[in-house]
Amino acid sequence: MTTRVFLLAAVAGSLWAQVSFDRILHADREPQNWLTYSGSVRGERHSLLTQITPENVKNLELQWIYQARSLEKFEATALVVDGVMYTVQAPNDVIALDAATGRIFWTYSYTPSPQARPCCGRINRGLAILGDTLFMGTIDAHLVAIDAKNGQPLWDTTVAKAESGYALAHAPLVVKDKVIVGTAGGEYGIRGFIAAYDARTGKEVWRFYTIPGPGEPGHETWGGNSWQHGGGSIWVTGSYDPELNLTYWGVGNPGPDWNGDPRPGDNLYTDSVVALDADTGKLKWYYQFSPHDEFDYDSVQVPVLADMEWQGKDGRRTPRKLMFFANRNGIFYALDRATGEFLMGKPFVTVNWMDGFDAKGKPIRIAGKVPTTEGTLIYPGNQGGTNWYNPSYSPRTGLFYIPTWANYSSIYIKAPEEFKEGQRYGGGFPKSPIPFGRTTQNFRKEDEGYGAVRAIDPRTGERKWEFKMTDVTDAGILTTASDLLFSGGREGYFYALDARTGAVLWKANLGGAVASGPMTYSIGGRQYVAVAAGNALFSFALRQ
Amino acid sequence: MRAVTGFVLLFGVSALLAQHGYSPTEVDEGRKLFLANCAVCHGPAGASVPGTDIGHGKFRRASADSDLIQIIRNGIPGTAMPPHSLSEFQAGSIVGYLRFLADSASDAASSRGNPARGEAIFRGKGACLSCHRVKGVGSRLGPDLSDIGARRRIAELERSLADPDSEILPQNRFVRLVTADGSAITGRLLNQDAFTVQLFDPQERLLSFSKAGLREFAFLDKSPMPSYKDKLSAQELEDLVSYLVSLKGIEKP
Repeated sequence: MTTRVFLLAAVAGSLWAQVSFDRILHADREPQNWLTYSGSVRGERHSLLTQITPENVKNLELQWIYQARSLEKFEATALVVDGVMYTVQAPNDVIALDAATGRIFWTYSYTPSPQARPCCGRINRGLAILGDTLFMGTIDAHLVAIDAKNGQPLWDTTVAKAESGYALAHAPLVVKDKVIVGTAGGEYGIRGFIAAYDARTGKEVWRFYTIPGPGEPGHETWGGNSWQHGGGSIWVTGSYDPELNLTYWGVGNPGPDWNGDPRPGDNLYTDSVVALDADTGKLKWYYQFSPHDEFDYDSVQVPVLADMEWQGKDGRRTPRKLMFFANRNGIFYALDRATGEFLMGKPFVTVNWMDGFDAKGKPIRIAGKVPTTEGTLIYPGNQGGTNWYNPSYSPRTGLFYIPTWANYSSIYIKAPEEFKEGQRYGGGFPKSPIPFGRTTQNFRKEDEGYGAVRAIDPRTGERKWEFKMTDVTDAGILTTASDLLFSGGREGYFYALDARTGAVLWKANLGGAVASGPMTYSIGGRQYVAVAAGNALFSFALRQ
Repeated sequence: MRAVTGFVLLFGVSALLAQHGYSPTEVDEGRKLFLANCAVCHGPAGASVPGTDIGHGKFRRASADSDLIQIIRNGIPGTAMPPHSLSEFQAGSIVGYLRFLADSASDAASSRGNPARGEAIFRGKGACLSCHRVKGVGSRLGPDLSDIGARRRIAELERSLADPDSEILPQNRFVRLVTADGSAITGRLLNQDAFTVQLFDPQERLLSFSKAGLREFAFLDKSPMPSYKDKLSAQELEDLVSYLVSLKGIEKP
């Protein structure tokens, strides 16, 4: 009874306390909540909650399961605001739950247009909140605002044409009074963009095309009219630095994916991170990880912001505003996030398409490592050394944790392709060197690729430890201030590791692949850890 | 990004370019997709639409694999052929199966052996039933061959008999492990994860082990099947292959 009373009070609390942008900016002051996709605007996915520790984590037990009424992949990270959890049942149903019991408060069902053609699954990765309003991007490229109290739609803005292949997959990012999203659809020859919308009205405030148009800097990196179908998707949520007022976004691959012939040049700003003025959308700087990409190495990661001392070229250590970026191309990067200066790049998996960097931080390509009609073996393979599933940075351990596909390669085959609006625009395909069938069983040998959590020192890129799985992984990573690390994988386990050593401290078999990032929250002083696996969402807490 | 779900990437689609051929796994995948999506109208052999036989490698509107993929995915306007929401990878594996159907049709005509004699070798001298199973008879340790003739061409069967190590599909891999009490078990791998392993042993037991409790665990590099190159004469091999080609699956009552 006590619990119920408390819960009601907690729920009532949410009715009064709106989520101001100040609360979002200072999310570290209320670690009981999880107010954004990454837990903060800095993208670390690191929680200050410490009730669950390496010593007691073995006492975690299941509190509740929410079974989605959907067989699409469950990739969303939930938000928790004062005891209420908000998540997305794929493709685009918003669910409000009691975060302590899993009971549903309300459901908002959105029916996407039959014209929607998301390339890679009818999925959604989560929500944003501001005030009493939730924001969701949809697979038919709408941005929808929903009343967080009753699930009623408030406005619905068409961001782009679904029938041309545009879609929205990621959780929006709120900055001040704006909601920022970017479009997916790079496999359909879209021209990608990031845009900000007025949170109250849904009216577009600014738009930044990830493929520069005629007269804009960077346009010269596209031969002919290739810029019109150049791709440049946005697949995951960006981050934000309030002091610099810059918002950072990873940009997807150029199109066609595997045949660069129709698009001679570096193809800016595909496979780059861009730093935009959050008020105007103007480009402040960019860094391109994979110029003229033909391996589908889009920069589909959350840029992670960190502040630490960095040793400069003169040997002096000075405080720097940094960005860490473990890229799909297999390389871990440290950049100066005020200027975009390339500070360090080091492979975190086997890489055979490049060897080192020039003075400006451009990768030096290895001759012959390009897709061909016969096929070329490239490390890492098409899914990359990592992908959209989030990494984590712990300021306590000073380590950066990467969901990794190790020893993984693809044979890249190139083919001619003509652009047709709304049709796939791939220019070839990647092939696995080993013909694994579609199966729920795992027959992999270690040298054919395996999933891992790799912990690296971001100052050097050196690996500190590794937790190996036998199957590959699509699971994000959460770290906590008690030096725990939570993750999962295709094997269906959800596990806790010692963030300092990688030792397994606890595990549970959830019976379905974890294809989302874990998050944590607290209600009435009790810490919970939640993760989606298979078609369900699971929440754990310490046994009482 | 092509956030391809695992299977799409991993079943290794070789689709657009015919000269790359199709692996048995791709053909198997294509067969499943064909039966689920195409056989309703085209029939299991591809000849059920009057005037349209797609099972013999000749197509009225396409010749290249990439054209076929486009037709499968986009349909043919003005005809009963609808568009299908399949990726080019999936459509490509269906094309792989159609190519296989055409090849195996010519296989049946070109098989020179005697299937009855082949069956006798299969059951007798070859001792194939000690590892394989056909229509409910024989061991379950190796692959069930009841429909091998619907899934493999003559050349592939000949190659597997002469050189069993030349291609071992991932689902037919064998592992060897040694338990804490020192007993060694060799069997076909059924599944594994970071903490456990599941296998099928020669006594036909479904076994599961915690990896932490094992002294040894390793994949076998070679197939447990012997080569029949020197064990059978050329004629016997031809007979055996013609028997295997004749195995088209268990007939439904």
